[in-house]
Amino acid sequence: MAREKVVLVACGTAVATSTVVAMAIEEEMKARGIPVSIRQCKATEVPSLIDDVDLVVSTTPIPSGLPKPVITTLAFLTGIGKDDVLKQIEQHLRA
Amino acid sequence: MKEDSVTSLLTTYLEPEAILLGLEADSDVEVIRRLGARLEALGRVRASFVPAVLAREATMPTGLPLGGEANVAVPHTDPEHVIGAALALATLARPVSFANMEDPEERLAVRVVFLMALDDKSKQIDMLQKIAETIQKPATIAALGEALTIAEAMAVLDAPAAP
Repeated sequence: MAREKVVLVACGTAVATSTVVAMAIEEEMKARGIPVSIRQCKATEVPSLIDDVDLVVSTTPIPSGLPKPVITTLAFLTGIGKDDVLKQIEQHLRA
Repeated sequence: MKEDSVTSLLTTYLEPEAILLGLEADSDVEVIRRLGARLEALGRVRASFVPAVLAREATMPTGLPLGGEANVAVPHTDPEHVIGAALALATLARPVSFANMEDPEERLAVRVVFLMALDDKSKQIDMLQKIAETIQKPATIAALGEALTIAEAMAVLDAPAAP
């Protein structure tokens, strides 16, 4: 059984957009058979929470040079480029 | 009559008094102030809400690029400024510039603004998802922009999801 991967979902205030993104990622990864655990946080909190996550997905810019992969995207809100982003997320989580 | 209950979620949170169609505004600040004033008058948000939304928009903007000249913005702030969850909607007579959520240096021409008063993320998941769905349908955003009456705007938002 594959180890569950941890995705950290960030947005500006951790109230609105990260919730939509978190649910979309959870659903889509489940459909792909990839066990995933989602955490949500504010963009400013990412550096302090990054140690035990596998991937960060954010709707707002976050600091560069972090030790884990980061995807900044609005695809889960606007629908634009969603398939591409899902492929990218899948690749990161299957790595 | 069986209804798709999710599709009327937006209008559950959206009172007619919180809809401004064909709003003439010169800035994102003005749009947020006008919509915020409606929510305050309806008793849905505290006096601190509008300043908080403006402060957030200035550093973490909410413009969402939809690939054309009719983009959407979804300003909001932390739950402490909200009395009861609600939504306010403005369609703009002429585009107003909001910064892009993903790239705050970039300005977007916005035509539809959803001002969101969220008091607890777990309760508003459905509303948030419905807004995301609505944003993802160019035809819906176009129809909203063209709505001439409150009833028309609400009907666009309530329209059943395409099969």
